[in-house]
Amino acid sequence: MVQALFEIEDLSKTYISNSVEVHALRGACLKLYAGEMTVLLGPSGSGKSTFLNILGGLDTPTSGIVRYQGDELNRYSERKLTLYRRKSVGFVFQFYNLIPSLNAWENVALTTELSDNPLDPAEALEIVGLGRRQKHFPAEMSGGEQQRVAIARAIAKRPEVLLCDEPTGALDSKTGILVLEALQRTNKELGTTTAVITHNASIQQLANRVFTFKDGRIDSSHVNSTPKQAHEVDW
Amino acid sequence: MAVLDRKVLRDVRRMWAQVLAIGLVMACGVMTLIMAQGAYRSLRETQEVYYDQYRFGHLFVNAKRIPKSVVRSFHSLEGVQAVEGRIDAPAILEMEGMQEPGAGYVMSLPVGKLPDVNRPYLREGRLPQASSTREVAIEERFAKAHDLRAGDSFSAIIHGNRVHLRVSGIMLSPEFIYALGPGDLIPDSKRFGVFYMSQKALEALMDMEGAYNSVSLRLLRGACEACVKRQIDQALLPYGSTGAYGRKDQVSNSFIDAELKQLESMSRVMPPVFLLVSAFLVNMILTRLIALEREQIGLLKACGYSSWQVAFHYSKLVILISFVGLSIGMFAGAQIGKGLTHLYSQFFSFPFLVFKQSVDLYLIGIVVSAGSALLGAAKAIYGAASLPPAVAMRPPAPEKFRSVMALKQGDGKFLSQLTVMGLRHFIHSPLRSLMTMFGIAFAGAMAVMALFFVDSINAMIDLSMTRAERSDAQVQLIDDMRPSVLDEIQRLPGVFMAEPVRQEAVIFHHGAVSKRGSILGRLTHSNLSRTLDENNNPAPLPEHGILLPQRLAEQLNVGLGQTLRVEFPSLAGLQKSVRVAGFSSSYLGLAAAMRLERLNRLMGQGPRINAAAFDMDESQAPQLYEAIKSTPGLLSISMQVLSKKMFRKHMDQNTVTMVSVYFIIAVIVAFGVVYNSIRIQLSERGRELASLRVLGFTSGEVFKVMLVEMGAIVVLAQPLSWFVGYGFSVVMINGFANDMYAMPLVIHNKTYAIASIVVFVSALFCAGLAWLRVSKLDLISVLKSRE
Repeated sequence: MVQALFEIEDLSKTYISNSVEVHALRGACLKLYAGEMTVLLGPSGSGKSTFLNILGGLDTPTSGIVRYQGDELNRYSERKLTLYRRKSVGFVFQFYNLIPSLNAWENVALTTELSDNPLDPAEALEIVGLGRRQKHFPAEMSGGEQQRVAIARAIAKRPEVLLCDEPTGALDSKTGILVLEALQRTNKELGTTTAVITHNASIQQLANRVFTFKDGRIDSSHVNSTPKQAHEVDW
Repeated sequence: MAVLDRKVLRDVRRMWAQVLAIGLVMACGVMTLIMAQGAYRSLRETQEVYYDQYRFGHLFVNAKRIPKSVVRSFHSLEGVQAVEGRIDAPAILEMEGMQEPGAGYVMSLPVGKLPDVNRPYLREGRLPQASSTREVAIEERFAKAHDLRAGDSFSAIIHGNRVHLRVSGIMLSPEFIYALGPGDLIPDSKRFGVFYMSQKALEALMDMEGAYNSVSLRLLRGACEACVKRQIDQALLPYGSTGAYGRKDQVSNSFIDAELKQLESMSRVMPPVFLLVSAFLVNMILTRLIALEREQIGLLKACGYSSWQVAFHYSKLVILISFVGLSIGMFAGAQIGKGLTHLYSQFFSFPFLVFKQSVDLYLIGIVVSAGSALLGAAKAIYGAASLPPAVAMRPPAPEKFRSVMALKQGDGKFLSQLTVMGLRHFIHSPLRSLMTMFGIAFAGAMAVMALFFVDSINAMIDLSMTRAERSDAQVQLIDDMRPSVLDEIQRLPGVFMAEPVRQEAVIFHHGAVSKRGSILGRLTHSNLSRTLDENNNPAPLPEHGILLPQRLAEQLNVGLGQTLRVEFPSLAGLQKSVRVAGFSSSYLGLAAAMRLERLNRLMGQGPRINAAAFDMDESQAPQLYEAIKSTPGLLSISMQVLSKKMFRKHMDQNTVTMVSVYFIIAVIVAFGVVYNSIRIQLSERGRELASLRVLGFTSGEVFKVMLVEMGAIVVLAQPLSWFVGYGFSVVMINGFANDMYAMPLVIHNKTYAIASIVVFVSALFCAGLAWLRVSKLDLISVLKSRE
């Protein structure tokens, strides 16, 4: 039996913006399993990103429990959360979020400098197929390439978990496939637990497990016994 | 090198123009600190060492004739360390190659020893021998000006006797570091010289056997100066003393002190203002940078960088900006400080003067400038550090604008939508707009300060030497004489008109306050030597009473119509009561004025004068100068006409340098503030401006939006800059004022106008640079990028 890396119980998050309460999460419950690739589906405002941010220690829940390897993340101090992000979590965002003044290699080195046993930045770039573009700055690369640098950056520190928020959202299907291939490869080769948020329902065919969000709760979930390869998916 | 440090370096390289603009403003602060404090310390230390080693006196007193035994008795006064009696005399000098008569000041040397007080520093040769009646040791500057060496000779008229003098040595005196000749405004080593003679020689020339006419004293540490002074004044009452005075009233010392005071206040007032402006600029660009890098900050935190690491990252950027300012400021400060010290060696006669480079000053510079920059950035850095990562990843909420100046239909003719946009931005961040205004005002104030000095000096010269003291020259007579001597002076070749003057050294008393000064007795409708009223108009001398300089009246705390006591030291301390009949404006010295016949009567004497002022025909100057040198009965001469020329020449030479330095600083500050503001505006509103272009507005129309905001700030800053400039000028004028010297505060409208033009031109130049950017605005990329 695969072990649950994350156990989330009754997770709620309420923002107060301009004195209006926004309920982003209203009691979500789910488990993520080690080494699996999970896809989180759902419309805009359904709470996926908030959920992912809490999972990655970027945000804290209003109530509920997030267990990571048995530890309650929701009780972590700011310092412990920073350490957790530093050691265990890799992020990939929709808009790549590369530092424009650093080249590809340096953007990856940004995280390897923080970890104890990282991949070589060049090796990480090799994994995402950008071994030849190490000296290029973000402005000199296509969106797909930039996103793959972001993936290299996320995996270079050998995180336990890779959290991807709409990684293909800003890409066309051809480059999207390249990015998904890179994600699948790291998931397989490094055994990194991966969670991917997406609007694109066809991406669920790649996942071991799929959750659908609606109004801050899990609306449905299913297990995919035979995940497809990225290039087999029809967009 | 850590990757984040590379980012810092690249950020600085990318923003080099802004970094340089801030760095230069900061450099001005560091430069002023190092230059002014460095010069202050150099001057102060040199002065202290020189005074100490060459035993500069603490108390000084002049009298008509003091028996040597009285001087000896001062040794027993409590707190007195050393006493030195001397015979001092003014002289008229006949220098080779110089038509006009020079002025000299001769002092006697004690027999068989060096003076115990005010010891000369011998540069070359030796001091005159005690038995010699012809030898003189002359002051170094005077020697240089006339190319005199030991063994050379010249002639002088001392107390009516023409003597041929031989130079035995060249010396410097702690009493004459700033050697000001009679009637001069700045030292002129060509026309004024100080020298030592043997006591024997001066006793004979001045008819002073067994007596002195000047005494200097050194006091023990912690001695009561006022107590000693009181006892000396009491003891010298019968000998025509003009009252003992301390270092504060010693001419040379008071000029050095005034200079020191000015340097000190400059180093205290100016650097903080520059650093405040640069701190504001750092705050402005860092706030913007952090807003732009919001998502990068979120990402760094998502990667596991701690808040401290993020804060430290941006702090490094600030420190690097400070480093630019510090390097430029330190280099410029040291160079200009050296230049200033060199300038001092033109006016101050020190045996040694070195620009002091103290390590602590540089450390203070580093700490203060980096500290102020970090303080300026503190809020922005704190904001970056405390930004929760999840929030950082989201774009910021749109800013709220107030609906001030809401447009109604039809208003468009007066204010276009674009103008309103610009104005709303101006009001949107009032603190920033205010600080920007303050920065620009400071730039304008610097320009005002550069020019106000010229205005005020010119006014002072005009008032004191054209409107009040209009004579070309004044001669002092050896003894008080009958006014008929005026006819002789009138008959000298080239003299147009001569007027009698009686100048009496007095001590004014009112209540508990006493003040040394003088009274000028003049003709009722004197034409050459006039007194000006408080509004600087010629004031007729009143029938009764005295016209008192405003500054003196304030010090004595005496009002119009009140009576004060006047003590005449020359008449064994005779005291008389005099009514204050009016106030006068006086910028040179503290001389009261009354009618000549009233002064004579007050002193219980018949018609007497001791000086004469006259106007001359310059074409006959050579004949006149020759005649003066051979006229008996003249003690000394002051040539206002030459003093004025010398001063003007000096001003013309130095004004250009001074005004340019201030203008450069003003331009640096104006440029630093306006350029950074415009760059920030462009960065914040690039999207908005690009949208306007997409909607069909021309580059020019779009540019107008920016121009309206910046223009409003620049225009509104002008009155503030005049006001701040005026304030700085008041501080400077007050720093200058002492008993000998005060400047009227005069700022012409033209000065304000020129100051504003300097700021406008700098602002327009920045606007030009902004225009280049607006016209090249890449519409597509701006609109595609996320804010």
